[in-house]
Amino acid sequence: MDQSMTSAPPKIRIRNLHKSFGDKKVLDGISLDVPQGTSFVIIGGSGSGKSVLLRCILGLMTPDSGSIEIDGEDVLAASAKRREQLRSEIGMLFQNGALFDSLPVWENVTFGLLALKKLTRANARGKAGAILEQVGLAPSVGDLYPSELSGGMQKRVGLARAIAAQPNILFFDEPTTGLDPIMGAVIDGLIVDCVKKLGSTAIAITHDMASAQRIGDEAAMLYKGKLVWQGAAASLMHSGNDYVDQFTHGRREGPITMELRR
Amino acid sequence: MDMVLDLVAHTGRTTLSLIRSAGALALFALAGLSHIVRPPFYGRVFIRTFLETGFFSLPVVALTALFSGGVIALQSYTGFAQYHAQSAIAGIVVLAVTRELGPVLAGLMVAGRVGAAMAAQIGTMRVTDQIDALSTLSTNPMKYLVAPRLLAGIIALPLLVLVADVLGVAGGFTVAVVKLGFSPTAYITATLNSVKVMDVTVGLIKAALFGFLITLMGCYYGYNSKGGAEGVGSATTAAVVVASILLLAFDYLITDLFFSQ
Repeated sequence: MDQSMTSAPPKIRIRNLHKSFGDKKVLDGISLDVPQGTSFVIIGGSGSGKSVLLRCILGLMTPDSGSIEIDGEDVLAASAKRREQLRSEIGMLFQNGALFDSLPVWENVTFGLLALKKLTRANARGKAGAILEQVGLAPSVGDLYPSELSGGMQKRVGLARAIAAQPNILFFDEPTTGLDPIMGAVIDGLIVDCVKKLGSTAIAITHDMASAQRIGDEAAMLYKGKLVWQGAAASLMHSGNDYVDQFTHGRREGPITMELRR
Repeated sequence: MDMVLDLVAHTGRTTLSLIRSAGALALFALAGLSHIVRPPFYGRVFIRTFLETGFFSLPVVALTALFSGGVIALQSYTGFAQYHAQSAIAGIVVLAVTRELGPVLAGLMVAGRVGAAMAAQIGTMRVTDQIDALSTLSTNPMKYLVAPRLLAGIIALPLLVLVADVLGVAGGFTVAVVKLGFSPTAYITATLNSVKVMDVTVGLIKAALFGFLITLMGCYYGYNSKGGAEGVGSATTAAVVVASILLLAFDYLITDLFFSQ
């Protein structure tokens, strides 16, 4: 690797991130580098802080301490306006879709483009059809409302909305949760295609091991607000790490204890 | 001794949390209002909310006003007939309706109808991550969700109250003429002689403030709701109850300010 490659800052650099809710430490000193163009998967049980981490990077939550850099720029020190700009370069697929149920699908898909004035309302319906085709939906789906769609279709529309503005960073919050295994694999395939086509950097959080291996280049495991392992996504099933082994194989015995009370 | 300390601690905690909520609400209101005058403006959201708040509340407000005007005429007749002062009824009706009943009853009706719906809608958007989704799609939720609703409330309520004023007087007129045997022309003349621009104006000022309070509570409780269906439910209840109480309290304050000399 030559000098210029190694000195390029990672797309996303996180240092010593802390976040607590009351007495509960949700993020306890997270440091993480996500190189440009990598698809990064974060695994971990419910309540391990995965969602909070994504929300902090997105700027939907403010961490208690630590730093988050995107392309070498300190996000937390940026002005509100600049943060909004940075956020517009991130596409997010929410766990349950979070589609706007008062708007038809086509308006959902083009919402970000319309907000950024990259599109006029007159052209939006046609553009939405083209984006819907990219996620394997017929353009006519654009005239339906989110409540009229099946779970898999909602995920696709959510994905279409996330990629519409061609963001250079994509976040996926449990993309396969609530889908049957086949539909999960289909959505994973779409995610990989979209990320490749856009050349984006992606972070996905999941507790679905099959999905993690399909989507990810690299992976890390979060447990009690700390990163306990990081490595290639392909090595998830044979990492040699006790935490990862217990998690990926779903064993009851191991270093991870289920906290059933707060 | 412990019990006394507990009591003091409890009172202190309650007071602090009350101050904190009042501060949070004030900041929320200021942010919402400031987004009304700063672009971009969401005309579609405004028009939709305005129709929902104003136009579709017309039947409820109209019926309420009609019956209230009628009942005032009926009640004051029974009272005033003893002193042979029936001629004052037209004046009583028009004053009661324009100063108090129009704004207060229209406000309470809209609080129940629109305030509740707003809290439920925005609350559902909160618990299903739709508000976060707005932020990720280059849209400020305060600007997109809150500002157009506040503006719609501030404009729609006075218009509704104008309608309520006219129909309230019409209700009184109908009862007086049909049931109590008043002459129509005499009733109308008496009404026009007793109504003052000031009465109607203050009623409309009240209405604008009520419209603001109702939509503010709907947005505030919806926006801050958490915890699924139950959270949305309690946000809806809180929005209606708090809006109704504030509305009556501010009604008193404004009446005191303008009419108490």
